Amino acid sequence: MSAYEISIVSIIGINVILAVSLNMISGFCGQISLGHGAFFGAGAYAAALMMVGTGSVALALGVALITGSVLGIIVGFASLRVRTDFLAVTTIGVNFLFIGFVRKQAWLGGEMGISAIPATGLGAVGNMIMILLFACATIALSFYISRSWMGFAFRAVGEDEGAAATVGISSGAYKLAAFGIGTALAGLAGGLYTFFTQFITADAFDFILSVMLMAMVVIGGIGSTWGVVVAAVGLTLLPEAIRFVNDYRLLIFGGLLVLVIRLAPGGLAAMAQSLVLRWKRS
Amino acid sequence: MYYVDLAVTGVSFGCMYAMMAVGLTLVYGLLRILHVAHAAVFALGAYITVLASNASGSVALGFVAAIVVTPLFGMAIYRLLYEPLLKYRPDVPMIASVGLLVLMQDAFRIVFGEQGITFHRNTLTSRTFNFDGITVSAVQIAIVITTAVVFAALHLFTTRTRIGIGWRATVSRPQMAASFGVDPIKVRYLNFAIGSALAAVAGGLVALLNNLVDPGIGFVVSYKALAIIVLGGLGSVRGTLVASLVLGLIEAYGTIYVGAWLDRDAIAFLALIVLLMVRPQGFTGVRTA
Repeated sequence: MSAYEISIVSIIGINVILAVSLNMISGFCGQISLGHGAFFGAGAYAAALMMVGTGSVALALGVALITGSVLGIIVGFASLRVRTDFLAVTTIGVNFLFIGFVRKQAWLGGEMGISAIPATGLGAVGNMIMILLFACATIALSFYISRSWMGFAFRAVGEDEGAAATVGISSGAYKLAAFGIGTALAGLAGGLYTFFTQFITADAFDFILSVMLMAMVVIGGIGSTWGVVVAAVGLTLLPEAIRFVNDYRLLIFGGLLVLVIRLAPGGLAAMAQSLVLRWKRS
Repeated sequence: MYYVDLAVTGVSFGCMYAMMAVGLTLVYGLLRILHVAHAAVFALGAYITVLASNASGSVALGFVAAIVVTPLFGMAIYRLLYEPLLKYRPDVPMIASVGLLVLMQDAFRIVFGEQGITFHRNTLTSRTFNFDGITVSAVQIAIVITTAVVFAALHLFTTRTRIGIGWRATVSRPQMAASFGVDPIKVRYLNFAIGSALAAVAGGLVALLNNLVDPGIGFVVSYKALAIIVLGGLGSVRGTLVASLVLGLIEAYGTIYVGAWLDRDAIAFLALIVLLMVRPQGFTGVRTA
C-alpha cells in the first residue's frame, strides 16, 4: 500500500467510528447533536497531552475516551433540559465553545496547535490496523446495543419520550447513557486521530466536520448501522474520487449532497430496503 | 465613553443579526426547518447589491435589484428543495440545506473569485459622525434605522393587513386558517419571499459595512443566526429581535472582558448555552408571524 492509501484508509476508519458513534446518539436515541467534533477534538487533545507527557499509547487512548465521555455526559445533562432543535443548536454552541476555548489556551498550543507528538511506534501500517480494529469493534458494539434492551430503550426515547415513560423507561438515564457511550467513542477516535497525524490544531474539529458527520448519519439512513458505515466510507472517499475536478470539488460535493438527499430522503438504508422488497415481489 | 462606544458597536451588530435571522425564524415558524441555506440567500443578496450598484452607479439601485432577485431564489429553494422533503424528519431537509450552502459558497468563489468584490464608488463606508467623542459610522446608523423600519413594517403588516393576519393564522393554526380560506401554499411562498428579501437587505448592509463581499460572507450567518432564533424562542419575530440585540451587546462587551479566554463566536455561544439552561424555550414561547 502506498502512503496515500494508508492515510485514506486510516481516515475512513476514524470517520466510521465517529459516524457510528453519532448514530448511537442521534439515530438510536433521537438526540440531534451537531457538536460531535468537540468530543472528537477533546479526545485528540487529551491523547496529545498524554503522549507528550508519558508516551504511553494505552494511557493516551484511555484518557481520550474518558475525556470525550465526561464532556459528553455534561452535554447530555443539557439534553435533559433543552429538546429537539434547541438541543441541536446548543450542541453547535458546544462545538464553537470548544474551538474558541482551545484557540486561546497557551497550554493547548493556541492557534498553532500541538505538534511533534511522539509516534506510537507501530508505524503507519500498524496505526492503520489499530484504527480499523477499533472501527470494527465500534460497529460490533453498535449492533450489540441496537439488539439489546438498551437499544430498545434508546429507540423508545427517540420516538416518543412520553410513551417511553409510561412503560417505565427513564428517558433521562438513557439519554445520558447514549451521550456517554457515543462521545466516549468520539474521544477514542480523537486519540486515534492524534496517533495518525502527530499534529493537531483546533480547526480539525470544527463545526463543518460535525455537520459532515451528521450528513453521514442522515445519508446512511438515521438509525441504521450499516447504512451509516457505507455513507461514512462514501462521503470520505467522495472528495478524493472527484479530486480530478480539483477547483470544483466543493461545488460538486455540495451538489451531490443535495442530489442524494433529494433522491433518497430516507437514506441508503431505506433505499436498500425498498430495493429488496421490490426484488422479493418480482 | 468607552462603554458607550461598545454599546454602539453592540447595538449595530445586534441589528445586523436581527436582519439576518428574521427570515430564518419565519421559515422555522411555518415549516419547522432549520433553513441553513438562508446564509446562501444572504450572500446572494450581498453579491447582487454590489454588482448592481457598480453597474448602475447607484447603491440604492443595487439594493432594489437584490430585493427583487433574492425572493425568487428563496421561493425556488422552497419549491425545489424543501417541499418534496417536508414529510421526512426535519434533519433531512436541514442536511439538504447544508449541501446547497456548500454548493452556493463554492459557486460564488468560482464565479467572482476568492478575493471577493468591492463597491467601485462607495462614500458611505468611510463616512463617520462624531457625537461628543463617540464615533458612529454612516453604515452603522443606516443599519439601525433600516432594522427599526423593517421590524415596524413587519409588525404593521402582520397585524393590520388581511394577508398578514392570514399568514399569522397559518403559522399558529394551519388547518383552521385553511378552512377560513387562507391558501397555505401561498403563505409559504410569501414567507420565503419576505424572509429572503430581508436577508438580501442585510447582505447589502454587511457589504457596505466592510466594503467587501467574499465567498465566506454567508458562513457566519449559517450558525450565528441559528443561535439567535433558538435564543429568541424559535419562530418568534419579537424574540429574534431581542435575542439579536442581547447577543450583539454580549459579544461587544464580552470581547473586552473575556476576550483573552474565548473568541467572539465562543462568547456568543457560551451566552446562548447559559441562557438556554435558564430558559430552555428561549426568550419567548409566544409565536408571532
